Amino acid sequence: MRRVVITGIGVFASSGKNAESFHEALVQGKSAIRRIQQFDPSALTVQIGAEVPGYDPLDHFPAKRLDLLDRFSQFAILAAKEAMESSGIQFRDEERPRFGVVTGTGMGGATTFESGYYKLFAEQATRLHPFTIPKIMHNAATSQICMEFGAQGPALTTATACSSSGHAIGEAFHLIKYGLADVMLTGGTEAPLTFGMIRSWESVRVLATGNGDPSKSCRPFSLDREGLVMGEGAAMFLFEELEHAKQRGARIYGEISGFGLSSDASHITQPSIDGPARAVRMALAEAGVNPQDVDYINAHGTGTRVNDVTETRVIKEVFGDHARKVAISSTKSMHGHVMGATGAVELAATIQAIDRGVIPPTANYTQPDPECDLDYVPNQARETPVRVALSNSFAFGGLNAVLLVRKYE
Amino acid sequence: MDVSPKVIEIIAREQHLDVSKITLDSTFAELGIDSLDGVNILFALEEEFKLDIPDTVAQNMRSVRQVVDSLTRVLEGKDVSDLVAMAKGEPTASAN
Repeated sequence: MRRVVITGIGVFASSGKNAESFHEALVQGKSAIRRIQQFDPSALTVQIGAEVPGYDPLDHFPAKRLDLLDRFSQFAILAAKEAMESSGIQFRDEERPRFGVVTGTGMGGATTFESGYYKLFAEQATRLHPFTIPKIMHNAATSQICMEFGAQGPALTTATACSSSGHAIGEAFHLIKYGLADVMLTGGTEAPLTFGMIRSWESVRVLATGNGDPSKSCRPFSLDREGLVMGEGAAMFLFEELEHAKQRGARIYGEISGFGLSSDASHITQPSIDGPARAVRMALAEAGVNPQDVDYINAHGTGTRVNDVTETRVIKEVFGDHARKVAISSTKSMHGHVMGATGAVELAATIQAIDRGVIPPTANYTQPDPECDLDYVPNQARETPVRVALSNSFAFGGLNAVLLVRKYE
Repeated sequence: MDVSPKVIEIIAREQHLDVSKITLDSTFAELGIDSLDGVNILFALEEEFKLDIPDTVAQNMRSVRQVVDSLTRVLEGKDVSDLVAMAKGEPTASAN
């Protein structure tokens, strides 16, 4: 069976604009959540988000190129660029059909969508800019990455809300494992911090307001948690068939060996125990790993009342006695809930935990919840070898994606 | 009204080119204007001159001079049926 290893990592997110600074911020327990600056949020109830700080697109792209890039595609290209550069990979033309791209996004070009509707309905415009469609389409990020790096192999986009990039990454893994490609650029991207998007999420009543001290607003698994905090950014990885990576002497960050996916088929927003549990078991089974061998779980851990209790129950259901021994953390406490990109951003944190032997904490943990009584690595990073780790994504719509990564040995 | 300075200015702005690089005789091909760039320029012209350029007329615009001539005729409300006929005999500038 073909094995798949991770040979490149790129992050462009609130907690860090490259993989190294992202890792440093996470192990320091530093939250990137702040009052939103890309527009005036005063009219919103929720005025906070995990925003990429000091971001000017013109620092990264020529003006002509930017005309066709929504913010979500910009983030995708920047993260992909770092993943490519960190891998050191070069392609001959005849290899390009074996090099593909799968990215996930929940919302696509939300910024462009919203400004278009504003022109149409508020300003009564009779026509819209002709680049509207090529900017908003969900696959814009995948296509822009393909063009940027000459990837001519299997390429697609997944849109399964908060599991979008979990599914994208799992699909990329399987495309290599089952022989349809040798190299894949994969991950997720999202830029959902728009007025309309936040207003829509406000009405679901799952957002933390935290307008007093934004950096402490997201408190997953804590008794006093108030909800999730939306974030933006992208993370991308270069996945490579093991022999392909070895032949070129690539640096290997870890191995991806399990992907579990399932549907709750029960409720459009409320997660079940059974659905996510089946996804976790499927990932373990594919990797041939026993539950007691898992050292770390990067939780979905949104910080909502319902998610954190449900996820705790899922872990107890699958892991039995080992549930109390496995280290669990929610890095969303720092980089926010990056929606369709969150699985990718969290996989970056998970792979770095394996690669560096440091588990990032659940920041802002204040007091135990009797219903969330496991080891959530509160507030302090933990230095410990991590051989096997899971990254959970449980989406609205009841579609679950679980990735299993391990130390390459 | 001579619209050519404004047309050149808009093409330069939308293509991120220097105005000095563009003359009435420049073709879209020479300026690196592809089909999608073309619809973008048409949109900018429509916004600037507050008018609608029919698709059939738009299809004939492959050079700066053609843009200026077509635009002038639309602005003056002249009959553009010959342009429409021409367009029917040519491949379209569809942006897919």
